[in-house]
Amino acid sequence: MNPLAVVVEAWRSLGANKLRTGLTMLGMIIGVAAVVLMLAVGTGAQNQVNRAVSSMGSNLLVILSGSTSSGALRFGSGNAPTLTTGDADAIARLASVQAVAPTFPGGAQVAYGINNWGTQVLGVTPEYTAVRDWPVESGDTLGETDVRSATRVVLLGTTVVEKLFDTEDPVGKTIRIRGQPFQVLGVLKKKGQSLDGRDQDDSVLVPITTAQSKLFGNRFPGTVRFMFVQAVSQEATSAAEQDITLLLRQRHRIQPDQEDDFTVRNLTQVAEAASATARILSLMLGAIGSISLVVGGIGIMNIMLVSVTERTREIGIRMAIGARQRDVLLQFLLEALMICIVGGLIGIAIGVGGAYAVGKAMQIEVAFSAWVMLVAFAVSAATGIFFGFWPARRAAALRPVEALRHE
Amino acid sequence: MAGRFIEVEGLGKQYESAAPDTPPALDAVTLAIDQGEFVAVMGPSGSGKSTFMNVIGLLDAPTAGAYRLEGQDVAGLTTDEAAHVRNRVFGFVFQGFNLLKRISAAENVALPMVYAGLGGAERRRRAIELLDQVGLAKYADSQPNRLSGGQQQRVAIARALANRPRLILADEPTGNLDTATSDEIMTLFTQLNRDTGVTILLVTHENDIANYAKRLIRFKDGHVVHDGPVVHEAHA
Repeated sequence: MNPLAVVVEAWRSLGANKLRTGLTMLGMIIGVAAVVLMLAVGTGAQNQVNRAVSSMGSNLLVILSGSTSSGALRFGSGNAPTLTTGDADAIARLASVQAVAPTFPGGAQVAYGINNWGTQVLGVTPEYTAVRDWPVESGDTLGETDVRSATRVVLLGTTVVEKLFDTEDPVGKTIRIRGQPFQVLGVLKKKGQSLDGRDQDDSVLVPITTAQSKLFGNRFPGTVRFMFVQAVSQEATSAAEQDITLLLRQRHRIQPDQEDDFTVRNLTQVAEAASATARILSLMLGAIGSISLVVGGIGIMNIMLVSVTERTREIGIRMAIGARQRDVLLQFLLEALMICIVGGLIGIAIGVGGAYAVGKAMQIEVAFSAWVMLVAFAVSAATGIFFGFWPARRAAALRPVEALRHE
Repeated sequence: MAGRFIEVEGLGKQYESAAPDTPPALDAVTLAIDQGEFVAVMGPSGSGKSTFMNVIGLLDAPTAGAYRLEGQDVAGLTTDEAAHVRNRVFGFVFQGFNLLKRISAAENVALPMVYAGLGGAERRRRAIELLDQVGLAKYADSQPNRLSGGQQQRVAIARALANRPRLILADEPTGNLDTATSDEIMTLFTQLNRDTGVTILLVTHENDIANYAKRLIRFKDGHVVHDGPVVHEAHA
């Protein structure tokens, strides 16, 4: 019997029993699709967390001004006008500190043409975009002169661009913030969600001096609400925290028995917690993937075992009319191979399609890896081929009379 | 020595799965069959007649004695060589037909030719020719389960003839058929034996069927209790 005839025989046998072929293939399809889909959704979630972590900027500390109190009421951090741009300049000179970005935030209505939108307006210095790792994508960034002369210029987040401009290029246009004209210098790169789920792109940046003097008329000129501080390295963040505390207590003339009138928070700790979450997520993904693979594999094993075992009699007939063991084995091996390859490819297609559909329906990110598909395919195919081949081998090893007696 | 076609000597078969005290299914069977014979094997259930046929057809192995096919001891055959003998020298016809249900009559008939290495066109041509010989040419592309029992058995006979065998082994070929159909099938066997000289070994428990043969071997409890020409008794 020549090999081509075996291929034809296997093909004809699959075609002759479409229900059995379909059901066997279904086991393979579900096994592969489940793994691909699960891991696509899981990896997407992991990516989302990782991106939020890195969108914070690296080696960051945040300094908040102190709390105010009025009688027995104590208001939260950031309300007392205790931090100044002078403090920022002093901190910037510390050896453990790379850069400082003092910030003066406020809420305002922004308008262009007939469109308007309420958003967060951040008064910042040119360092801000570097410290927050948030570059300008088109147009120009803020310069020192903009801060010195408190010019009315603005950088737009992508969400604000969407709300105000339809198809126009916003760079060079003039928008209104609280009724005052601001020229759009540039558009910021899309930053995505923060760790707490806020849309970071729904904000605009203006020079800090402009915010202080022209937008949010400040009773205490030169004060800032908070500052981002970038340490020189990950290891230096604790040192920077201590240096800043010492420096500010000195500058603010705080007595040893008095409380700080500011708060220093180390964001790398927050980032570490989030990274740990992402790590747990990836461990869970591994577990989910392995379990899907095992469950799928058992399904494939069962259906292959059953469908091949019930063909013991057919194997007996073939051997009685002159098939050699190797003819039977080659045929069943080829059948299992064809089922596994076709089923595996369909499984990958369904897994990818299903993941897209789930991502679309639930508004979550999905991510695919060729590696995952390859492993899911290889493990399932190996299972299918083994359990398609092994019962056939067992049947072909019987004496024909025993195989023929099998019901 | 120039062997006879089939020669068995002291042939025995003890099933491994049987209870320890059961007598062997075949016990010291010694006989010979020549080319062109038409032999009916009879006996009650459990007499060893089917076991005998399975051993002769190389579907099962004996546990004692010798079986020589054309002078060659089959005990020395590898499984592949045994498959080759089943494919080229033997043709099987079973009580339950044993056709593959999902493929057409012609494909069933062509199956032994697949394992003999014939090309597709040649297989098809010969399958149609064989089906024509058993009177079923127009059912070539029908699936077996669309055919009647008698028609299915004819397809099985056509399949048994595919590689021009020298011995047809028929195990209760009429067991599932009514009397009229049984007579047709037996007439077909008689013609084949007469016209082509093919040796036929027929297992049956019906006297009427055995009467088509020329020689009768009776089994009882694994022994041959009678071996001689068929005597056509007048029906009372």
